[in-house]
Amino acid sequence: MAADTKAQGDLGLAKEGGYGSDRFDPMYQFDIKRIADINLFGYDASFTNSSLWMVIAVCTVSLFLIFAMRDRALIPGRMQSIAELSYEFVAKMVRDNSGKEGMAYFPFIFTLFTFILALNMLGMIPGSFTVTSHIAVTFALAALVFIVVTAVGFIKNGVGFLRLFVPSGVPGILIPLLVIIEVFSYLTRPVSLSVRLFANMMAGHTMLKVFASFVVGLGVLGGWAPLAFMVAFTGLEILVAFLQAFVFAVLTCIYLNDALHMHH
Amino acid sequence: MDAAAAKFIGAGLACFALIGAGLAIGNIFSNFLAGALRNPSAAPGQFPNLLLGFALAEATGLFGLIVALIILFVF
Repeated sequence: MAADTKAQGDLGLAKEGGYGSDRFDPMYQFDIKRIADINLFGYDASFTNSSLWMVIAVCTVSLFLIFAMRDRALIPGRMQSIAELSYEFVAKMVRDNSGKEGMAYFPFIFTLFTFILALNMLGMIPGSFTVTSHIAVTFALAALVFIVVTAVGFIKNGVGFLRLFVPSGVPGILIPLLVIIEVFSYLTRPVSLSVRLFANMMAGHTMLKVFASFVVGLGVLGGWAPLAFMVAFTGLEILVAFLQAFVFAVLTCIYLNDALHMHH
Repeated sequence: MDAAAAKFIGAGLACFALIGAGLAIGNIFSNFLAGALRNPSAAPGQFPNLLLGFALAEATGLFGLIVALIILFVF
């Protein structure tokens, strides 16, 4: 926290807006810093702290799974149990929400889930960077889900996939109106999917930092109350970090289910 | 009115979205508890749905927060 309050010098976003006092800025934690400048065909593709934490997340998950499943014991040890439980957890989620056919897309959903979970959990480490608190990242993930689901729908059902927008058992007069609503709700899926994850992570982390400033502001005598609140709230944030990864994966499964099974 | 002041008032008004989110989250958990106490054996199976409903309801409130942030930082 001390680093947040001190290093106000070169922050782009927060300083431009001019919000937050001279001493403390809860938005500073979301600043993107360049680590290595890379210019690709005229685009700024620099390696930033965001990229760094994504690499750390991928390495953590990959190394953990490789290391945990190295022995492939019949009676799993502690590490292998965690790996198997996480596999079972996601497999059950896919089976429950998108049926047997959905299991073909299990690797996709498992990757999404573990990637987002790792990013959210690594973001809870004090002083780290929460990659999922940036809409650019979450929208890219949500757009990927949207494109995959739409592609699967058209490949599986052909043009018949468009029947998704025509609810069955409605009076004929209402159909034009409902089709517009259905198409609109389909197109807002990536928006709501990305904004949910991004807003939850950003709001939670901002609130933590705001309460952290109260601890400093109230001093030794009064600071204990917000500190106790912060401890409890950090626990809640860890729950939210897991929950949002879970919700993202479950909604992906539900969208896949729409594309795989057209009776709706 | 000063434009900067209007901006802050607008951002504050956008937080009214939390009224709906609060009602929705309370509604979800109260109904889950009511249902779970009537049929405790079926309750664990519905826990993922509870969390899903909670997250969906919470998200609508956070959309309000996004509006507030857009008002503050974009305009």
